[in-house]
Amino acid sequence: MSVVPVSYYLVLSAVLFGLGVIAFVFKRNAITVFMSIELMLNAVNLAFVAFARAHNQLDGLVFVLFVIVVAAAEAAVGLAIVIMLAQNRRSLSVERMNHLKL
Amino acid sequence: MSLAFLMFLACGVLAISGAIVLILAREPIHSALALIQVMIALAVLYVLLGAPFIAAVQVIVYAGAIMVLFVFVIMLLNAGSEERTDFSQIAKYVGVPLGVILIFWAAHWLWRSPAGRAIGTATAMPAASTRALSVELFRQYLFPFEATSILILIAILGALVLARKEP
Repeated sequence: MSVVPVSYYLVLSAVLFGLGVIAFVFKRNAITVFMSIELMLNAVNLAFVAFARAHNQLDGLVFVLFVIVVAAAEAAVGLAIVIMLAQNRRSLSVERMNHLKL
Repeated sequence: MSLAFLMFLACGVLAISGAIVLILAREPIHSALALIQVMIALAVLYVLLGAPFIAAVQVIVYAGAIMVLFVFVIMLLNAGSEERTDFSQIAKYVGVPLGVILIFWAAHWLWRSPAGRAIGTATAMPAASTRALSVELFRQYLFPFEATSILILIAILGALVLARKEP
């Protein structure tokens, strides 16, 4: 089944996480910034599953489920905030979101 | 070159190319579709790692529910292409190379780390059964599981309060 060394999965996870960080820093659109957070969470999930497989324990898989639940909650609240900000500022650019008050 | 290794290579390339497209795309909807590609590729990798239940949850919750939420918000706000701002010269000539170095350093570190090497040759193992996973979840992790239901409830209330029209 899994004849691929676990370190390969870890390297893939690190590269995906780094690309997520780059996207988080460089993207200007609030929705895309949220998507890069999801990308980072996915990379961490891959590392969790790889380690769970390597040590033959199920705890890592349970943590992946928790991470997915937290990501769903974060996406729901975060996108509600983005909708509100977009209606107030008439823009989705994070450059325009530099004031706490209107 | 076994079939599993070829599958790993194909899905890894798909995931990384999807992440790069997410960065380069100007339209948010293109970024969202690229992210869905990454998630599907990761689901296949979970199957390769012997976690079919996690793969199903990944497709249903992540690629299904969460990304539908993203696409809905993109359509609702009619999000066009993002405006390009010229970032500072320092960021261009120092930040970008440093970021690329960070990625390769992290990958190299993981590659050389004893954790990765000691378990480097994973032998064929049976897939983690959904039954064993749920026993673990509902016995040892029962309290965190119930806590996440409270978290979801709070998130629903928060989203409702935020999206409500001002009276």
